[in-house]
Amino acid sequence: MEQLELNLKQIITDHSRILTDAADLCSYAYDASFGEYMPDIVVQPLTTKEVSDTMKFANIHKIPVYPRGQGTSLSGGPLPVQGGIVLDLSQWNSKLEIDAENMLAIVSPGVTAMAINEAALKFNLIYPPDPSSMNIATIGGNLAENSGGPRGLKYGVTKDYVIGLEVVTPEGETIRTGGRTVKNVTGYDLTKLIVGSEGTLGIVTEAILKLYPKPQATETLMALFDNMVDSGRAISKILSSGILPAKMEIMDQASIVAVEAYQPSGLPQDVDALILIELDGHPAAIREEIERVEKVCLAQNAREVSVAKTNEEAKNLWKARKLVSPAIVRKKPTKISEDATVPRSQIPEMFKRLQEIKEKYQVDLVVFGHAGDGNLHPNIIADKRDREEMKRVEAAVEEIFKAAIELGGTLSGEHGIGTLKAPFMEMELGEMGIDMMKRIKKAWDPNDVLNPGKIFPTPGQRFELLDG
Amino acid sequence: MVKHLLAYNETLSCVQCGYCLPSCPTYVTFKKETHSPRGRINLVKMAAEGKINYQDMEDSIDLCLGCRACETACPIGVEYGTILESAVTAIAEQRQKELSIRNRIIKSMLLNRVVPNNRILNAMGAGLAIYQKTGLQKIARKSGILKILPENLDAFEGILPVVQGPLRKRKHQKFDSSKGKPLYKVGFFKGCIMDTMFSSINMLSIKLLQAIGCEVTVISEQQCCGALHQHSGEIATTITLAKKNIEAFEEYHFDFIVNSIGGCGAMLIEYEKVFADDPEWVERAKQFSKHVVDISVILSKQHLPFTKEIQSPVTYQPSCHMTNVQKNIKAPLALLKQIPGIQYLELPEKDMCCGSAGIYNIVKYEESMKILNNKMKHVKEINPEPTIIVTTNPGCHLQMKLGVEREGLTNKIRTVHLVELLAEACEISI
Repeated sequence: MEQLELNLKQIITDHSRILTDAADLCSYAYDASFGEYMPDIVVQPLTTKEVSDTMKFANIHKIPVYPRGQGTSLSGGPLPVQGGIVLDLSQWNSKLEIDAENMLAIVSPGVTAMAINEAALKFNLIYPPDPSSMNIATIGGNLAENSGGPRGLKYGVTKDYVIGLEVVTPEGETIRTGGRTVKNVTGYDLTKLIVGSEGTLGIVTEAILKLYPKPQATETLMALFDNMVDSGRAISKILSSGILPAKMEIMDQASIVAVEAYQPSGLPQDVDALILIELDGHPAAIREEIERVEKVCLAQNAREVSVAKTNEEAKNLWKARKLVSPAIVRKKPTKISEDATVPRSQIPEMFKRLQEIKEKYQVDLVVFGHAGDGNLHPNIIADKRDREEMKRVEAAVEEIFKAAIELGGTLSGEHGIGTLKAPFMEMELGEMGIDMMKRIKKAWDPNDVLNPGKIFPTPGQRFELLDG
Repeated sequence: MVKHLLAYNETLSCVQCGYCLPSCPTYVTFKKETHSPRGRINLVKMAAEGKINYQDMEDSIDLCLGCRACETACPIGVEYGTILESAVTAIAEQRQKELSIRNRIIKSMLLNRVVPNNRILNAMGAGLAIYQKTGLQKIARKSGILKILPENLDAFEGILPVVQGPLRKRKHQKFDSSKGKPLYKVGFFKGCIMDTMFSSINMLSIKLLQAIGCEVTVISEQQCCGALHQHSGEIATTITLAKKNIEAFEEYHFDFIVNSIGGCGAMLIEYEKVFADDPEWVERAKQFSKHVVDISVILSKQHLPFTKEIQSPVTYQPSCHMTNVQKNIKAPLALLKQIPGIQYLELPEKDMCCGSAGIYNIVKYEESMKILNNKMKHVKEINPEPTIIVTTNPGCHLQMKLGVEREGLTNKIRTVHLVELLAEACEISI
């Protein structure tokens, strides 16, 4: 251990960026998911050379290294599951360059998505990916987990905005992928491979991101439904009618009731579900689209459709949506937030399955999420001190994943696999599918030093929310 | 062991989402998760579970400013204040014996002798006034005699306000309304540091209240609010002080108990937390707190008799306890903007603590100065340059003044309490 510290001190000469106290080690042992794993040491690099030298050293001595942003990950991505070095990149935010002419942002890994978007707005541009954690989470973490957000429906997720990267490989080499051109088909698309690889193939030390023109106008609609399955149908019908909203979010009755109990914003509590729709684009086009969306919703038995009259009113509606997450944990402290995603056409069926699972396992299941892209957030509220309840939760979660995959969906729409969902990987990808991924990992990281224990299940690994 | 003192259940409600991180001045300044609210909650939890020693969390807890901006940022309402107090109390209990002699003397002198004791504060105030007026200050500054004090006290000596001598202590004082039948009957809470260092602000506060038609009484039985004691884990003293205040004000039936001190105001409205296990006192505390209000709330509801324009670019550093605990955000700002001629300029990241935080800037001087440097960086970013910084709490007031001095801006920027600026615009003086 002391030797490790001495060696790292030669690489990172500012010793205040090498953390070894018990309190410091505890502070990098968790993220926003489950589990607690102590690292041996934490380093906070601020240059590519420091990252590369650390990796070279770790690779030679076969010491695991875990890149980490601000630790908002919901899947266990940055957890130091086998001990070793946590590489805290959250403080490396020195570069945030907007190349307005080429509509690009060039950033260092510790910059937040919010900061990128704000810098872009000064040039009338936006950085569209908008995960809820966007003012905290680092872009490095967003890239690793391929984060999404409500705007994913129209604008896609993080991977759709990355055209070039500087990456330090597990062996400590520095490579560049892609570049500043929008089109680039030279060789394998390593950029796309790195994005979403959850820090298992390389450490992003710089990213070149595409920006988008700021939409001229936005409007918000709310549609109320007495039957949740109807609301699912309305979502499918709107999308197949040729309108592409910027966001389309759903809240079920349980989430509405929770929000109203927490911070009342006047939402009706006797509906089965409501959907919030944001349309953006040219003001004239939006006006027409509003009418069509209203018609479609009413045709699917919507009780009422209303349009926010002022920006303030629209803001309030979106605030209510944002409050779902906090509001539901007021009942019990533990929140298991899943992001199983199904093809849009299967949303009504998925709702039905979730209702069944809720009853079968007697769990507090709340459904909300980015319904427009099929990315639901079934959340189970529990108390982790209640072991019996947690066992039921584990079983219910497992069944949620099974349902999603049976319906042609996926384990994760935007949170990543990390440690939590590794046990289900084979269910979605099959043995050979995982094997191909493992071969890629082996080629990049022959010594398995970079973020080991993530994505791929260890033999016999089961889905567990309880320690021990 | 002190585990039972830790607010373990409260730590369990943290879902570790990290939304508090950007709101925390010590996280932003010291750049480690260990100095973030999420980090601290985790350390308290681990200490309670016996996974780490209480000493392991000491540094992290000691460096918390207690500004509670994280509570405002927290999406699920984790009771950070309760968790922090529990850790401070547990640590204080454990290290009573281990305190370094110097720290113990400073702390005990400040907390147990000076602050709750009107006479000593009076003497100190009077002493300061004499010291400043007789030119002794200049001599002392030149002679280097102040160097025997720790650097921190020396720094503060440089920015001490001109002390007027406190409101009279031994007697009730009653100030009638300027308008015949009083609008409200107000009991004025004067605070300790405020009454010693900034008694002129208390006097101006009373005059402003009179000007809008309040009858103001300063009762002699009032005590220190106990905030500094509570933040240092001296719970027994805190309880004693809180009881004395509640009892004293119960005697009088005021419409409002008004103060001009962000920090004390926050303590007074949270008295019930001190009596968690005492149903009788909890109820009495609630009744008391219901009447407590910051002066800005009362003044902002009435028309102040402005007579003079203040033609200045002005910025405002809100008090953390006013914002995050009292949740009094709009009133001071509204008052400020009402002042004729004023050009209000928002201070970037104004909701970040200035680093004053009770006696933090004395006991954690270096760290406090790092936080202050960040704050002053933001002050210097304001365009056009402000010539006045407004505060609403004596701690912030002194700290911002020190920041101005450290940046060499003393001749360009003056630091005032909101009340002082309002009084100036109404041409009210003491």
